[in-house]
Amino acid sequence: MPTSLVLVQLFNGLQFGVLLFLVAAGLTLVFGVMDFINLAHGVQYMLGAYLAVAFYRLTGSFFAAAALALPASLLFGLALEVVVLRHLYVRDHLSQVLATFGVILFLNEGVKIVWGAAPLNLALPELLSGSVPLMEGLRYPVYRFVIIGVGLSVAGGLYLFVNHTRIGMLVRAGASNTAMISALGVDIKRLFTIVFGFGAMLAGLAGVMVAPILSVEPGMGDQVLILAFVVIVIGGIGSIRGAFVAALLVGVIDTLGRSFMTDALRLVLPASPARMIGPALASMGIYLLMAAVLALRPAGLFPAKGRA
Amino acid sequence: MSDALLSVRGLEAGYGGSQVLFGVDLDVGCGEVVSLLGRNGMGKTTTVLSIMGLLPTRAGEIRFAGRAMTCQAPFRIAQAGIGLVPEGRQVFPTLTVEENLIATASNRGGRAAPWTLERVYGFFPRLAERRRNYGDEISGGEQQMLAIGRALMTNPKLLLLDEATEGLAPLTRQEIWDRLAALKRDGLSILIIDKTIEALLVLADRHVILEKGRSVWSGSSRALADDPVTRDRYLSV
Repeated sequence: MPTSLVLVQLFNGLQFGVLLFLVAAGLTLVFGVMDFINLAHGVQYMLGAYLAVAFYRLTGSFFAAAALALPASLLFGLALEVVVLRHLYVRDHLSQVLATFGVILFLNEGVKIVWGAAPLNLALPELLSGSVPLMEGLRYPVYRFVIIGVGLSVAGGLYLFVNHTRIGMLVRAGASNTAMISALGVDIKRLFTIVFGFGAMLAGLAGVMVAPILSVEPGMGDQVLILAFVVIVIGGIGSIRGAFVAALLVGVIDTLGRSFMTDALRLVLPASPARMIGPALASMGIYLLMAAVLALRPAGLFPAKGRA
Repeated sequence: MSDALLSVRGLEAGYGGSQVLFGVDLDVGCGEVVSLLGRNGMGKTTTVLSIMGLLPTRAGEIRFAGRAMTCQAPFRIAQAGIGLVPEGRQVFPTLTVEENLIATASNRGGRAAPWTLERVYGFFPRLAERRRNYGDEISGGEQQMLAIGRALMTNPKLLLLDEATEGLAPLTRQEIWDRLAALKRDGLSILIIDKTIEALLVLADRHVILEKGRSVWSGSSRALADDPVTRDRYLSV
């Protein structure tokens, strides 16, 4: 297979990976720090995309839409925390799963009522819709580079935030001992709200960024949510660094698997079985990775409970 | 003593279905060091957890600095000026020594000469050497110094120490006792739990003995030293 094709798919995998990271970052903090399983995290991603479309219709500008959708995602996340989720922290995981699953159903129906069931699209502005030459005869869309760039910058910013600010220290300390933090004078509920709102905004950012390249439709968060859980389990629950490494691994392995598994199998198998087994194996790839990681390192690649 | 910094009256508390405290009374005055004595399982740690708000109070009253603290959230009690050094030390393993000190630091009381990073490092020079190590990479003695330093960084009016020297090497114990004596000279109020009665007789002004969840004796170091019957009855193993 040509190197150029591999390169393109590597970039696609990277782009998919950084998007997964944006969703998984909030999920892993909320799960790790608050011990709270939030299935409704995927709908924050969906809402980010819908809000981008809605603000685009209002303003006619992609950049204005993105700039407005982010604070709107944050506000929505905070509202969801105060109205519903806050009351679930003291409950067991089963109650949390059931209640947040209810939130998914409610909001998936909600966006249908507000925006209709048909998929929506968001047009890219002229500035971002071109492509750049990678090598002789190979061009790659500018916007996908933008996604990679934004994702990596957010990852870098998040790394600095978690490692070099006091809130970041409290977040890391909270992954091991929340009672002690409150006994030292920190309002843990407020810390939870901040972490939650921030996580919701990052998921919303991922939704805003995919709106121009995927169709915006009800339920679009569900698939991403499952992948985000795979990412945080591989990376180690509560660890931002783990989420970053795992998201890129999952993004690249999933993309490369889907693109090349069939071709790779044809090297050792006849064409017809290779065509049958290839796609099946490719879609299992990340779950096999997760099983392998869990077998070798049950707490994930970077367990946060010991040290992040 | 109505002007006490901390005053506990008729405190009752427990875990789930089992009640542990059936009536604890104690006072800590400003600048006073009070020890909480009693055999294992008599309710010393439960008393500390209740004062800190980490365990709900079932009956009785806790007042601190003139305010009712019963049933307040732990962070409000800490913010009012109680610095906890918990049993088992509970330093944050995911933070470095320096981060452990900074993360929850505050000066809510607006103290004129507050505890700072430099002052804590001057007070416990070994912490300065270990500043870049994580909380689980240092010795038990260093963890205890860190737990005390972390509490001091919240600039408390009262230091609450549960098992001040448990499980530490003799030399390290002596260092901790020296440092606590320095804190006392500095005017800090301390409520302390420890098994080393000899050291407590030197450090503390007064002692409160718990027996089966009740405070059964209280008095000065002199009174306790002169009362072998009481020591024998409530404290000998």
